[in-house]
Amino acid sequence: MLRIPCPFCGTRDHSEFSYGGDASVEYPALEAPAEAWLEAVFQRDNIDGVQLETWQHLHGCRMWIVVERDTRSHEIHSVRPAHEGLASALAQSADPVNES
Amino acid sequence: MTATRLAKGGYIDRDQLLNFTWDGRTLHGHAGDSLASALLASNQQVLGRSFKYHRPRGLMSAGVEESGALVTIGRGDRRDANVRATTQELYAGLVAQGQNAWPSVRFDAGSISNLFGRFLAAGFYYKTFMGLPPFEWGSGTGMWMRYEKIIRKAAGMGEASRSPDPDHYEHAHGYCDVLVVGSGPAGRGAALTAAKAGLDVILVEQEAILGGDTLAQPQAADNLADQIKALKGAGVRIMARTTAFGLYDGGVAGLLERVTDHLAEPPMWMPRQRCWTLRARYTVLATGALERHVAFGNNDRPGIMTANAARIYLNRFAVRAGENIVIATNNDSAYAGAFELAQAGASVQILDARKSIPDAIRAQAADAHAVLRTGAAPLMAHGAKGITALDIAGQHAANWREAGKTDCDLLLVSGGWSPVVNLLSHRGVKPVWDADLACFVPGQTNEPLSMAGSAAGIWNDNACLLSGQAAAERAVAHLGGAQGSSAAPAPGGWQGAITPLYEVKVPGRQLKSFVDPQHDVTTEDIRLAHREGYVSVEHLKRYTTLGMATDQGKMGNIIGLALMAEALGKEIPQVGTTTFRPPYTPVSLGALKGRNVGNHFRALRRTPLHEWNLEHGGTMTMAGLWHRPWYFAHSGETIGDAYVREAQTVRRTVGLCDVTSLGKIAIQGPDSTELLNRIYSNPFAKLPIGKARYGIMLRDDGFVMDDGTTWHLRESEYFMTTTTAHAGKVMAFLEELLQTRWTDLRVHVTSVSEQWAGVAVAGPKSRQVLESCVENPAAVSDTNLPFMGVLETTLKGKVPCRIARISFSGERAFEVYLPSDFCPDIMDALWESARSMNGCLYGLEALGALRIEKGHVTGAELDGRVTIEDAGLGRMASDKKPYIGSALRKRPDMARDNRPRLVGIFPRDRREIFNAGSLLCAPDHIEGYGEGWITAVTHSPALGHWIGLGFISGGHSQWHDKAVVCADPIRKGNTAVEIVSPHMFDPDGERMYG
Repeated sequence: MLRIPCPFCGTRDHSEFSYGGDASVEYPALEAPAEAWLEAVFQRDNIDGVQLETWQHLHGCRMWIVVERDTRSHEIHSVRPAHEGLASALAQSADPVNES
Repeated sequence: MTATRLAKGGYIDRDQLLNFTWDGRTLHGHAGDSLASALLASNQQVLGRSFKYHRPRGLMSAGVEESGALVTIGRGDRRDANVRATTQELYAGLVAQGQNAWPSVRFDAGSISNLFGRFLAAGFYYKTFMGLPPFEWGSGTGMWMRYEKIIRKAAGMGEASRSPDPDHYEHAHGYCDVLVVGSGPAGRGAALTAAKAGLDVILVEQEAILGGDTLAQPQAADNLADQIKALKGAGVRIMARTTAFGLYDGGVAGLLERVTDHLAEPPMWMPRQRCWTLRARYTVLATGALERHVAFGNNDRPGIMTANAARIYLNRFAVRAGENIVIATNNDSAYAGAFELAQAGASVQILDARKSIPDAIRAQAADAHAVLRTGAAPLMAHGAKGITALDIAGQHAANWREAGKTDCDLLLVSGGWSPVVNLLSHRGVKPVWDADLACFVPGQTNEPLSMAGSAAGIWNDNACLLSGQAAAERAVAHLGGAQGSSAAPAPGGWQGAITPLYEVKVPGRQLKSFVDPQHDVTTEDIRLAHREGYVSVEHLKRYTTLGMATDQGKMGNIIGLALMAEALGKEIPQVGTTTFRPPYTPVSLGALKGRNVGNHFRALRRTPLHEWNLEHGGTMTMAGLWHRPWYFAHSGETIGDAYVREAQTVRRTVGLCDVTSLGKIAIQGPDSTELLNRIYSNPFAKLPIGKARYGIMLRDDGFVMDDGTTWHLRESEYFMTTTTAHAGKVMAFLEELLQTRWTDLRVHVTSVSEQWAGVAVAGPKSRQVLESCVENPAAVSDTNLPFMGVLETTLKGKVPCRIARISFSGERAFEVYLPSDFCPDIMDALWESARSMNGCLYGLEALGALRIEKGHVTGAELDGRVTIEDAGLGRMASDKKPYIGSALRKRPDMARDNRPRLVGIFPRDRREIFNAGSLLCAPDHIEGYGEGWITAVTHSPALGHWIGLGFISGGHSQWHDKAVVCADPIRKGNTAVEIVSPHMFDPDGERMYG
């Protein structure tokens, strides 16, 4: 079982979370052509090593987070809120919550 | 073998006599005994029959690695097969039986297969029973099917009870700073050191009492009891009878706690076993080492066990396992036991495979008055149901040759020790071969985890203690405490080096030498596998089944590897080892499922109207996790009668239906309209306040995700409803969009599914029902609340509610949402009014009939493979705005004309019935996937015959004038049908809009 340090709630079992997808994907604008959407929706690297993933703390704070995880060891290197505004607000806060 | 219970010593209570039954005979032991020690003390030698050859088997060990004494415990529903007698604690009234034998393990008719042993070698099943036609006469899969039943019976293990498990089990969760596995010297040292540093420590021990290998040694003035007291005093949480069976990511360990397996009469309130998920910040594995056997002729005979096992029986259980004992060893560890057994009155001979041994060890043998032969090893055991004599081999140059025979009633073997690296292996860390110690030692890991004691290849008690302390200091430092000063002792610790010894054989002698006794894998099987071309250790394992029995190779793996290495002319590390996977020892399925059985198999969601529905005659059905009313039968009605009546009543007067399970989402904030306009495929930018709109959401890939209505309540507030099935998915998707893609949108989404209960009021008289229940009846007039109108108002009694005039049934209908807490009272009022108009309550079955008549889609149709055009709703999708899925829904394949499209289906002969799940085929081509499928069927009360919804390639325009067959080969057979528009009833919606 993975243990994911949620930036809002602290370290929790991965069974509280649901996996989203590849966090490195930049979704195109809605009006972008089909080719750009094909790239974003279907094309995925099969990474042997560290990759960025989105997870949602579904049975917790329901926040979407970006997890930097090593696919070989399952080691989690970093976790931040997916929402950039929240991420920078949290980074500036003096008392980050993720010390479990 | 003549075993004797000693008059004193051991960790047993001689005052407590426990009677138990073995194969129908009443025997007795003492509190503190294992079943194995009690059987041994009662001189029961043959305890099992082997898997393939039905050879007699007795105790081979005194612990979890036991391969011989597998027995069945209990009777009736409470029967546990393949229990190791060595790990089962004795209790009063225990019932144990030998298995894989008829009539009993002592006289087993099946042992005749021993005589045909040469036909049962490695790969026997494949070779004998699997062939290729036409050469499969007497073999081949056809024959295999026939033989399999007989073979399974002959080559079997214990038999499980076929009735439901009467016991209950629990899941539990735990946290600690340091988890210490094993309570030998290393584990105790680690736990005490870590606890004294202020850490929260859990110490798990698979045995009933703490001590580990210390229990195998003579008691030293209550030293162990003092140490355990110190552990408790330091705050160590001790879990005995608990096995750490698996180690997982993130410091998570799976523990199995055996709560009542040792009790004669378990109290009802206690779970039999508890499966723990334990999260530890640091883990110390002091899991010890297991002593190995050596392969020689008849090395599986009862009366042959590991040297340390005899020591455990002697010192822990006060049973001297034999009188005339031969100890065969290749290392120092067996000598202490030789002395202790001699002290207990046995005569001892020692065969040491080593040519030279240190003087101190030689002196130990002299102290035991033991006859010591160096360069000697066991060659073949004699005796049918127990060893009576032993042929000895002597070393001559690099080979063995016969060197005499000696009588004995007990043969103790020490072929070296294998550290228990299983749990580390679960973490993907490969063990490393240590040629000096002739064993695999733990590999390196970066995880917060240390191996300590003999699990790390350290053989000396004191060094084990130190290594435990050093491991604890690493834990303390890792968790932010002081850096420790102890250095971990190096592996090893014997005075003389071990001489590797895996097999003893002499030229020209046929021997039956077992490598994996539990699966009857012999040395010849390994060599045969090699001759037949198996070189990889993974293939060897699967071909010979080496290490695949319940002990998972604890006994025999290393010997098998060594023999394979020899056959290949390689060293053991080049052959490699197989990966140990969880569980370390067997875990019952009951413990894994815990309380999640029966009604607790999955979560159950009840609506606030649940009791109300039951009180009013509702029969419930499952819809996802929800319990929803299925139908409300009057007395004497079948389900078919009930739903037809309910649907007819809705079309004639009015009906009420609990629709609370629909997903409800509050969408609030200045950019709410923009969000809705982006996620729905149809326009939402201009939806006026006080209006609802039916919307269809697509996924990014352009397929339909969900549908529902969204109500515009106020300038920047909407109320969205989703289908029951996709409520969670839609909510998570909205959150994902707002948090990851559209972070600039000022919108808040909140699930309010639990806060609002929903009731559909449907039928020509629905407005009258509402009028009688709202405080201001004028508010629900046709003018004030037209089709798709939305109203926030109060019901009588000042209960706030939300009403929209929307229809799933195709009738004039309203959805009324009420605060959950007020629901039953309001429902009383609505029902009183509806009943006065000859209305009814209706359930899911009638709801389905009404919507199928109208061709309205639900989850059965929107199965994730359907485009908006396939569902016949393409004209709703906007071309003037971009939205989720708008780019990819235009892909060529999704615009194909002959995609399966939603259609209605009538039986050609209107009296016929057909089934959902059937395939739609052209009459001349009834095979394969056909041209489409049927998603839903119902008897249509409005049309008077059965109708269905489904998809067929090209849709209505392609097939409306063609013959179509509804193919249902395994149920009803073929039915001629015709394809009609999905809008089978009131296609112009006059009833709904009017």
